[in-house]
Amino acid sequence: MSETPTPYVAGKPLPPESAAALMARIPGWGVDLDPKDRPSFPQERPGIPTGARWDFPERQPEEWIRERSIEHAFLTPVFGTSTPLKGTSGAIRKYAYRKYSEARAAHWLLLIAADRVDAWEHHLRSLATLRPDNPVTETGVMSEFSGNGLRSRFGQKRADVSHQWIDPLLVGGPWVLAGLGAVAAVRGLRRRARGRG
Amino acid sequence: MRAMVYRGPYKIRVEEKDIPKIEHPNDAIVRVTTGAICGSDLHLYHGMMPDTRVGTTFGHEFVGVVHQVGPSVQDLIPGDRVMVPFNVYCGSCYFCSRGLFSNCHNVNPNATAVGAIYGYSHTCGGYDGGQAEFVRVPFADVGPARIPDWLDEEDAVLLTDALPTGYFGAQLGDIVEGDTVVVFGAGPVGLFAAKSAWLMGAGRVIVIDHLEYRLEKARSFAHAETYNFVEYDDIVVHLKKATDYLGADVVIDAVGAEADGNFLQHVTAAKLKLQGGSPVALNWAIDSVRKGGTVSVVGAYGPIFSAVKFGDAVNKGLTLRMNQCPVKRQWPRLLEHIRNGYLKPSDVVTHRIPLEHIAEGYHIFSAKLDDCIKPLIVSTTA
Repeated sequence: MSETPTPYVAGKPLPPESAAALMARIPGWGVDLDPKDRPSFPQERPGIPTGARWDFPERQPEEWIRERSIEHAFLTPVFGTSTPLKGTSGAIRKYAYRKYSEARAAHWLLLIAADRVDAWEHHLRSLATLRPDNPVTETGVMSEFSGNGLRSRFGQKRADVSHQWIDPLLVGGPWVLAGLGAVAAVRGLRRRARGRG
Repeated sequence: MRAMVYRGPYKIRVEEKDIPKIEHPNDAIVRVTTGAICGSDLHLYHGMMPDTRVGTTFGHEFVGVVHQVGPSVQDLIPGDRVMVPFNVYCGSCYFCSRGLFSNCHNVNPNATAVGAIYGYSHTCGGYDGGQAEFVRVPFADVGPARIPDWLDEEDAVLLTDALPTGYFGAQLGDIVEGDTVVVFGAGPVGLFAAKSAWLMGAGRVIVIDHLEYRLEKARSFAHAETYNFVEYDDIVVHLKKATDYLGADVVIDAVGAEADGNFLQHVTAAKLKLQGGSPVALNWAIDSVRKGGTVSVVGAYGPIFSAVKFGDAVNKGLTLRMNQCPVKRQWPRLLEHIRNGYLKPSDVVTHRIPLEHIAEGYHIFSAKLDDCIKPLIVSTTA
């Protein structure tokens, strides 16, 4: 390194290792040195064969009214059919798509809100099935034991340990609050029943 | 069939679902033999990606065997072993015809600002993914390709996203001989980006992370100089000192939306979902690259705004280059590099998890337990 640090003078110091040394040390060093050997140079390049034999693809049947961005001219010819809109979360999502473009924060924030509503709709519905949601098995938290949870975290220089404690609160907190709410509701009903008696 | 199913943030389980059906004449149904969990799947798992619906099956890194094809499919037949790029794309729209396969306009009705990706929320098209026994693959004559006989299954699955994305990230940096390249993130994509930077003639490659076992991998696998940002009061100042106060010529953000290093940024983005991503690595990239340098972004960010230090990027005259990787464009050259022994993608695989134990796999990967770098989902029925 020069006496005067690099940016204050015109010259650029040579790399610490010569090309020959790098070639000897690192398999394949420099084989893509020529940009022409780089498949995404330039990023936008017409004429790459794709296998498409159509100008516009045949349309996939729309078996239910498929929500779409209002920035699209029409429903795209092909689309995913996983998990159609349903329930309150579906209504929120439908509104977000119909009312706001992707340019609007409201569009995305409504979709995020709908995701939280969706999760609770399904949690509650699962309680009435033979397979209710199980926060222990579904979070995979038992792998803390098989995956060396303590050794992996402590005594390491890890930045994420400072916030990982929030995760159980995010996952378990609403369940605890819902449980407390249910207990309070049952107590309230009992009190009311006693009052009548 | 058995499939991984999202049940809400941090919660997934395996459920019985119908085998997907042909919905378009150019569809194929692929029986998945090996899949993977991607670092970007964790953004879905943590509930950060808008319109991630309960019941969705994740998974955009998978290989398998063609089970069924639609009537217009000409290039594949049942029984073919195929690798499938994470991009769903038509091959004929304005963008595909210019090589921008990851920006296809014909496959994602939910958004124009992103193409379509398997198992990556309705924001990315609403397709179920490959962490299942079967998956629907649209445009079977466009995206998938037969796996060469000489290629290992585990190398092939890493060609569906992680390796091409890292290689693409290095290309976006426009590296010239002798450049100093800094890579933020020593996950699979960062490791592949670092390795690729050498192929493009970098003179020095530096990798930054906070997980020591991943930095060790960056040294042994990617021949990189490494720094743990936790050890430095200010990693940007350290990088300036390490480059004689010039800054790096090229910086690659291979971290994306859940970057650590700033508690407030991380919590507002990853926990409270008030940002599209925690732009800590991106801001460090902007500040540690030299004036006139290039920042390449291949880390995944959500569509909501993020607190990016854009003024510094303007005032330093930076070139910012970014995209989702158009995977299939990378394959011919990457296959040459694998065959020549320059790259061995499966060297980053640390865990092989049966589909039935995928909830544990997500937790291990998410919490960075057990020195996890890349978990694969292995089929128990194939």
